[in-house]
Amino acid sequence: MSGPALQLKDVRKSFGKTEIIRGVSVSVQPGERVGVIGPNGAGKSTLFNLISGRFAPSSGEILLNGQRIDGLKPYEINRRGLSRSFQITNIFPKLSVFENLRCGVLWSLGYRYTFLRFLAGLDDANQRAEQLMRSIHLERKRDTLAVNLTYAEQRALEIGITIAGGADVILLDEPTAGMSRSETRHFIELIKEVTVGKTLLTVEHDMGVVFGLADKIAVVVYGEVLAFDTPEAVRANARVQEAYLGSVVAQQQEQGH
Amino acid sequence: MLVSSRSSASRARWITWSGFALLLVVAPLLLASGLSITILSQIGIAIVVCLSYNMLLGQGGMLSFGHAVYSGLGSYLAIHALNAAAAGALPIPVSLIPLVGGLAGLLFAVLLGYVTTKKSGTTFAMITLGVGELVFAMSLMVPEFFGGEAGVAGNRVVGEPFLGISFGPPIQVYYLIALYTFLSVAGMYAFTRTPLGRMLNAVRDNPERVEFVGYNAQHVRYLAFIVAGFFAGIAGGLGALNFEIVTAEVVGAGRSGAYLLFTFLGGATFFFGPIIGAVLMVLAFVLFSELTKAWLLYLGLIFMFMVMYAPGGIASLIMMNVRVARFGRLRGLIPHYVVLALTASVALAGASALIEMIYQVQLEGSDAALRFLGVTLQPAQALHWLLAGAVLLVGGALFEWARRRFARQWGAVQEDIELRVRQMEASA
Repeated sequence: MSGPALQLKDVRKSFGKTEIIRGVSVSVQPGERVGVIGPNGAGKSTLFNLISGRFAPSSGEILLNGQRIDGLKPYEINRRGLSRSFQITNIFPKLSVFENLRCGVLWSLGYRYTFLRFLAGLDDANQRAEQLMRSIHLERKRDTLAVNLTYAEQRALEIGITIAGGADVILLDEPTAGMSRSETRHFIELIKEVTVGKTLLTVEHDMGVVFGLADKIAVVVYGEVLAFDTPEAVRANARVQEAYLGSVVAQQQEQGH
Repeated sequence: MLVSSRSSASRARWITWSGFALLLVVAPLLLASGLSITILSQIGIAIVVCLSYNMLLGQGGMLSFGHAVYSGLGSYLAIHALNAAAAGALPIPVSLIPLVGGLAGLLFAVLLGYVTTKKSGTTFAMITLGVGELVFAMSLMVPEFFGGEAGVAGNRVVGEPFLGISFGPPIQVYYLIALYTFLSVAGMYAFTRTPLGRMLNAVRDNPERVEFVGYNAQHVRYLAFIVAGFFAGIAGGLGALNFEIVTAEVVGAGRSGAYLLFTFLGGATFFFGPIIGAVLMVLAFVLFSELTKAWLLYLGLIFMFMVMYAPGGIASLIMMNVRVARFGRLRGLIPHYVVLALTASVALAGASALIEMIYQVQLEGSDAALRFLGVTLQPAQALHWLLAGAVLLVGGALFEWARRRFARQWGAVQEDIELRVRQMEASA
């Protein structure tokens, strides 16, 4: 397929009278890695919520591999090959690491709602879950309940569940939120490893990280995409500097990052 | 190593299930009185219904206040099918009547569950309450089906005995119930190990995330509700055969409340917890209620204590100690348990002496004496009240002292186990 993997056409979203997303149009090509940046409250998470079906857009179109997905339920969008992670860890706390990953795998392998087959006999699902567990380096915690993992481990599991179903478009909402600098660097390497060949959209606050990870940067300011270009071009963009980058750099220096 | 642990797990499974089957077979031989056969039959039925309830509560996180709707309507359909069979209108053997109940439970779960499972959490609980009241109100409005105050009676001896089995004697009904109990327990356990069973746990833990891995959480809840309705209906059908009469209380809120209470008491977080709860439910209703008029008060107190101090129920208390035993630390705790039990019984004796005297005064007047634990209590004498109160206070103080000592020891043991688990993980 040659068209864009993900396409937004004049997408708008209002809550009450307030328009949070004010006409976003972008096209992401298959295999592209897009870093989404912008100040707090710019609408990055809302944009992800619209794409993944948590909310329906007020107007506009969202296309996944050329097909309309706006207004569909999250599970319908997931079945069409788009998966997302969450800024606030969103896992199955009372299930083991292995069970968490297997839950992420089941639908994509066609097991759906069956209760006529034993999980233990689903070799493909079990192997895929084991393999995922190794790829996020949690094989030692196989039978540990997710609630008992460390924060960094839970973040890794969050990514594991997100990629488990083999979706080819992946949205990561601040995957390194709450992590230290060194944890973040490790984690970004992990994300690169496990998303090889996928179309990736990542919200990320650490500028160094985002410019290293992404082929393209989308700058979201006040519900609009101010720029959508290569990291170099975005860095050089005077409007972006004025509206966003400068202030963020200043902010980060203030906070002592 | 993985293979050997797997094969030993499968051996343990075989032993558990054959042990369960054997227990069902020999139980009435060991306890051969008429009352114990009745109790055993009721326990079998209660096990099925409590496990089916726990599909919702423990495995799906659905707090239902109206599960008796499905067991109860199963009972009604079963007794009508039995009467139709007796009249020759329905060619169905008595041994399959419980299946009629199961299908009725399933059918009503398909109809009513669609609305009920649209929502989760508090809204779900409220809808089940509403549906429960609705069906109970219907039972009074439609006496043609529900039999009014007298209920619907039946006779389980239908047609000629087959191989000497007429299902007239209670022992024959017991074995029929035992067979259904075994198959239902096995079926419900198997369900927990299927994709739908696991996704039900996932919906309990985090319904939102389920939707982002391809599943419709509402559909998962609905399907589980239907399966639970089926097994509840089986229990209802068995109840109809066992009692040969079905009255409106089987769909009532009291019944639903008992399922909730005893499933919780047994332990909703482990598969076998509701089995313990079911045994306790029947013992409480049949034996404990004979022992004292204040039994519901005691039950309420026990429930309150469990909710506050052991929200995982009896099963979780057992499993916590199994874990301690696995690390070889149980022996050191046993003296503590003995002291706890002794001091608790002293406090309990004082408390129940007071409760029994209050009931005696309220029901018989203050002049009547009562026998309690081999002692004659005179509610008219202030000394007896004072003595009972003193026993309660002394027992309570001693218990609190023992509890604090135990809590320290327990904490130390847990810390030690955590440390060893981390060491094992690090060296794995």
